[in-house]
Amino acid sequence: MAATAQPNSLRAGPDADGHFGIFGGRYVAETLMPLILSVEKAYEEAKADPEFQRQIAYYHTHYIGRPSPLYFAERLTEHFGGAKLYFKRDELNHTGAHKINNVMGQALLAKRMGKTRIIAETGAGQHGVATATACALFGMECEVFMGAEDVERQKPNVDRMRLLGAKVHPVTSGSGTLKDAMNEALRYWVSKAETHFYIIGTVAGPHPYPAMVRDFQSIIGIEVKQQMMAAEGRLPDTLVACIGGGSNAMGLFHPFLDDTDVEIIGVEAGGLGLNSGKHAASLNGGRPGVLHGNRTYLLQDDDGQITEAHSISAGLDYPGIGPEHSWLNDIGRVKYVAANDEDALRAFALCTRKEGIIPALEPSHALAHVGTFIGDRPKDQIVVMNLCGRGDKDMDAVMPKLEKMGLL
Amino acid sequence: MSDARGKAGVSRIDAKFAALRAEGRGALGIFVSAGDPDFETGLAILKGLPGAGADMIEFGMPFTDPMADGPAIQESSQRALKAGMTLTGVLEMVRAFRAGDQDTPMILMGYYNPIYSYGVDRFIEDALASGVDGLIVVDLPPEEDRELCLPALARGLGFVRLATPTTDDVRLPAVLKNTAGFVYYVSIMGITGTAEVPTDLVTKAVERLKRHTDLPVCVGFGITTPEQAAGIARCADGAIVGTAVVKTIKASLDHEGRATEATVSDTLGFVRGLADGVRGARRPAPHA
Repeated sequence: MAATAQPNSLRAGPDADGHFGIFGGRYVAETLMPLILSVEKAYEEAKADPEFQRQIAYYHTHYIGRPSPLYFAERLTEHFGGAKLYFKRDELNHTGAHKINNVMGQALLAKRMGKTRIIAETGAGQHGVATATACALFGMECEVFMGAEDVERQKPNVDRMRLLGAKVHPVTSGSGTLKDAMNEALRYWVSKAETHFYIIGTVAGPHPYPAMVRDFQSIIGIEVKQQMMAAEGRLPDTLVACIGGGSNAMGLFHPFLDDTDVEIIGVEAGGLGLNSGKHAASLNGGRPGVLHGNRTYLLQDDDGQITEAHSISAGLDYPGIGPEHSWLNDIGRVKYVAANDEDALRAFALCTRKEGIIPALEPSHALAHVGTFIGDRPKDQIVVMNLCGRGDKDMDAVMPKLEKMGLL
Repeated sequence: MSDARGKAGVSRIDAKFAALRAEGRGALGIFVSAGDPDFETGLAILKGLPGAGADMIEFGMPFTDPMADGPAIQESSQRALKAGMTLTGVLEMVRAFRAGDQDTPMILMGYYNPIYSYGVDRFIEDALASGVDGLIVVDLPPEEDRELCLPALARGLGFVRLATPTTDDVRLPAVLKNTAGFVYYVSIMGITGTAEVPTDLVTKAVERLKRHTDLPVCVGFGITTPEQAAGIARCADGAIVGTAVVKTIKASLDHEGRATEATVSDTLGFVRGLADGVRGARRPAPHA
């Protein structure tokens, strides 16, 4: 947020209409356009206001618990026998994931705009919990839209949201998952335009959301840069993060985009395997299309109908991806790979046993990919992985599977 | 109407509104999702609409994620998809309809992704060849006009824009700029089911739009009865009914969502009732 982008910088996007190359944009109904434009205007003003930045910094330090540590994962490094592995510990944030970084920014923006009622969509429930938390803190009303299927598989988070005073709307329309929750939140927003602010949880949606969420999450990468200079006196060789919509990844990657010596890898959810048709890997298994206000890579059939994503991780279970990732993929700056359900479960168990950290299933995908290459890298190289969430929410889903796989 | 013969694309829409102006009444636009509940039944409904009194057809291109539609239209879209409807199938239905009807404007209504996936240039070409006259693409605001709106207009395909109560006077010129055929005014306040049509509100909204455009203004306002359709048609250039029509289709289906003998006749009967209302609502001679 602080650094000025160079004219030929990879960090200069989006353009005035919200495009990253051909991706992004504002593909929404006319009913939403005036709302989108008012959010954009308010955000531009807030971004330039030192008082707004000061408020964000205050809550980072005193409420979220930033900076999150950059931790040398010594036992895993030893286990893999190659390059040094560092974890960016965003799972230690208040509410247990990176989601709160973005939510505090948008909640403060809503407050600034005089809106006291908040809408959010959620998949795994982490964004919903973070939003319910900020609303409790600021005395705002909170309504969270969540696919009916996710309400079932993420019950602890549903309870947390209710405890925090939020109203959870189970969404049964369409396929009853995250994409339908987002459809429903958008419909609801249209009907409550005057009073409500919609806090989108990832770097997707119509402009200005992808850029705004990225800006709020960029604190992750900004801190890593400083912490890595302090720890090793140089930048890392490789960054790795998991991708659903891609907000934790964009937060880590964006401050490094112009550091072209730094290799950047995004890990999508490969589900039961890319050839199975049951995955959530929009870049590896989809093609460009338009959904939820932006052009981006989407899982879709030959007729342009959106298909179901599949992942063991509800947080990655989305048939799209943030438009800036689509652009970074096409220009080749970031390499996007996939890790499947079973690899993620093994990494989940490994991280827990070797480091005493129970990771969320989402970053377990990132760790699964790290395990495929880090052993072959020289010992003087450095890999930073974003450990973007903790695994408490996943216990119910994970335990029977680990048992079956003989990993307990 | 003989003056519409030989017309296609936006000129067929213009001809229709000119003819209705001469008759001194507003248009009745009927929305159905293509292929709801299946191809054969959907085609029978479509072919029967002009005879039942529809002046114009808004033909829904089904999409998995209709983010600006309410539950009834979402469900009709899903029924059609489940029965195998595709964009190619939509155009096939239009072609079959056009073989027997040269006068009724056909407006395809839906979302951008299936069109983008089909290929914009190929879509425009095939739509015109099939007999489509205009497009309403809900998620393409003026900000994205380069995508489809401008190429469509250049080929003579109408691009109909939605205006809403949140579209203020500052924004309205941008919304109307590349609009052709008519303007579709939609309420977002959700008044479906109210007994009285708020004709004063509609009249005001239409007057506001007319200050910015010479195009006909049609209104969709959660119309469910012939009286409401008549009320709207009196204060606007047309009334568009969608939700109530697809609900009629749904009510006629069997337990497993399949068409019954009543599906076509119930739907067309409902449309006939609306048409009687609109046709009975002749207006005083136009001011101009």
